[in-house]
Amino acid sequence: MSKELLTGWGRTAPARAERRSPSSVDDVQAAFAERRPVIGRGLGRSYGDPAQVSGGLVLDNRALSEVHHFDATTGIITAGAGLSLDDLLRITMPAGWFVPVTPGTRQVTLAGAVAADVHGKNHHVDGSFGQHVLRLTMVTPSGVFEITPSSDPDLFWATVGGMGLTGFITQVTVQLIAIETDKVLVDTRRLNSLDEVMRELKESDATHRYSVAWVDCMTTGRHMGRGIITRGEHARVSDLDSPSLTGPSVAKLTVPFDAPSGLLNPLSIKIFNEAWFRVAPVHKDRQVQSISTFFHPLDGINDWNRLYGRRGFVQYQFAVPDSASEMVVTAIDQLSASKVPSFLAVLKRFGPGSPGHLSFPMAGWTLALDLPVGPAALPRVLDELDELVLGAGGRLYLAKDARLDGRHLRAMYPRVDEFLSVKARVDPENLFTSDLARRLDLIRK
Amino acid sequence: MENAFGQPQTVIVFGGTSDISHAVTLRLVKQRARRLVLAGRSADSLAARGAELTAAGATDITTVIFDASRPEQAGDTVTEAFDALGAPADLVVIAVGLLGDQLAMENDAAASAEMAAVNYSWPVAAIAEIRRRLIAQGSGRILVYSSVAAIRVRRDNYLYAGAKAGLDRFCEGVADSLVGTGVSIQVVRPGMVRSKMTAGMKDVPFTTSIDECADNIVKGLGTSAGVITSPSILKWVFLALLHLPRPVWRKLSATK
Repeated sequence: MSKELLTGWGRTAPARAERRSPSSVDDVQAAFAERRPVIGRGLGRSYGDPAQVSGGLVLDNRALSEVHHFDATTGIITAGAGLSLDDLLRITMPAGWFVPVTPGTRQVTLAGAVAADVHGKNHHVDGSFGQHVLRLTMVTPSGVFEITPSSDPDLFWATVGGMGLTGFITQVTVQLIAIETDKVLVDTRRLNSLDEVMRELKESDATHRYSVAWVDCMTTGRHMGRGIITRGEHARVSDLDSPSLTGPSVAKLTVPFDAPSGLLNPLSIKIFNEAWFRVAPVHKDRQVQSISTFFHPLDGINDWNRLYGRRGFVQYQFAVPDSASEMVVTAIDQLSASKVPSFLAVLKRFGPGSPGHLSFPMAGWTLALDLPVGPAALPRVLDELDELVLGAGGRLYLAKDARLDGRHLRAMYPRVDEFLSVKARVDPENLFTSDLARRLDLIRK
Repeated sequence: MENAFGQPQTVIVFGGTSDISHAVTLRLVKQRARRLVLAGRSADSLAARGAELTAAGATDITTVIFDASRPEQAGDTVTEAFDALGAPADLVVIAVGLLGDQLAMENDAAASAEMAAVNYSWPVAAIAEIRRRLIAQGSGRILVYSSVAAIRVRRDNYLYAGAKAGLDRFCEGVADSLVGTGVSIQVVRPGMVRSKMTAGMKDVPFTTSIDECADNIVKGLGTSAGVITSPSILKWVFLALLHLPRPVWRKLSATK
């Protein structure tokens, strides 16, 4: 038990709260008895403020990381909700099983993956994480629930994507996918315009399980939105000379201190973008890459968020339907014209969304931007992008958000009231809240 | 809650009717501030300011009446304001201040005591209670209006500037006491601003309009700067002035 200053991965808007590490259902229920605002927290990889509640209790789930059951013939695993995908893969990959959905980092807990209903490069084929969860155990102020998508669909889908606001998840059962090797066969294309990038990405919906594009949001004119598409499939034994099945590698590098704010500035990011673009092959097929290189490149560097310095950074990620493809072009145009530096813009395809009330993905496009805090124009530029997203019938990803105006929440997430009525059933006094929920006026407490 | 850019949603302003403070609040409402408590001396001016803020987009405005010459009541006033807000306070602004006519007051013990009460004792007492509440809350910012006059006190306004100097230095200590609490305090040192408080005074170099000053303050609020100087060049000007020999300073700063 300790009082600590907590922030999300973007290191903005710190809040002091009391952090506890429950190791049993009793510990969690004891916390409820204090009637203080409470929220769960895993590895703190959401960017903004969903895993903190200033002045309240933050329940760290990492003591709940035991693997209760792993069936290597069916690929079904039941584990404590604080188990990270990284640790999970160390156990399951040697047996030939991979997570059905992985975000850009393995450093998320199962509970975090459920609460944010995370997506990966295969969303257009496999959907989001919650769609592969078979069973959840959660402790709420109204009691302990062990639920499946069919036993209590309301609570299940309010919890999937529910940003931890329905209760504290203690156990998760997931159906994994079979892999023959620990490698991915990757096709790369370097493309000179946004049009080409979007066309190729859309075409690969049907041809590739995994696809993603890195887009340059700082080049204006003819090459605006130029990018690199990478697409992959799990390699089969027959694809490789010496097939192997081992868990992910361990990060070798660490950022030892906060870089000066401003290290990532328009010039340095432009240089980086140029180099990143030039280094990529124009056209390369069936390149063998490790799971880490393909799915989790940034996991190779511990604490990489410190590169953004003390002021931190925000990630802006929106989704818009296919009917609004033009909006992606307008957004990138507006962003590159604004001269606000943006690093590592990632464009992806989404398939149909999950039934999660507050789940983010919707069929169409998603663009994610990393933006250092500092430029005076940034708050306004993002407010203007919000208007574009709203106009296109799109939404922002709550796991990334740190600055959305709460007035827009219901337009982006029309099922908020449905979500709140399920929450009222299991948490009638709204003990579960977070700085995110307060900021967006989702829960007025 | 304050967002990633330091934009508050809930704001309490003590001395909310002053021109600069109002211009700042208006800008905050145009960003994210929706729920506000305005505390001041006169119900009528608070209502007028509140109406402007509502027109700009504020959804929830409550007013609190208080008398800044009664520091012993500051704790109760702060409590009343927090209760009226009914939510965690993202930003608490202390904009109370009394400039007055130095020459008319300097031989008057009661008037001098009032200058110290409004410009120093009331803010100090209020900060004690605000600090306690924000620490319990685990987040929040305090913005305190000082003045560049506090950097080097001069003969013609020592009642005002002396009290502000005390407050300014006091806030330095408070800032250090807040490290690691999630709470921060920022001091604003505006230079000369053309406002109703300075009506009739002649412009000195680097005098700004209310709008310029408010823009500078809002910009500073988005950072972790402990001191916000407006315009920022005055930080360097006063650093130089601070090191002038006293007789030179005395001659240079004499306005009458």
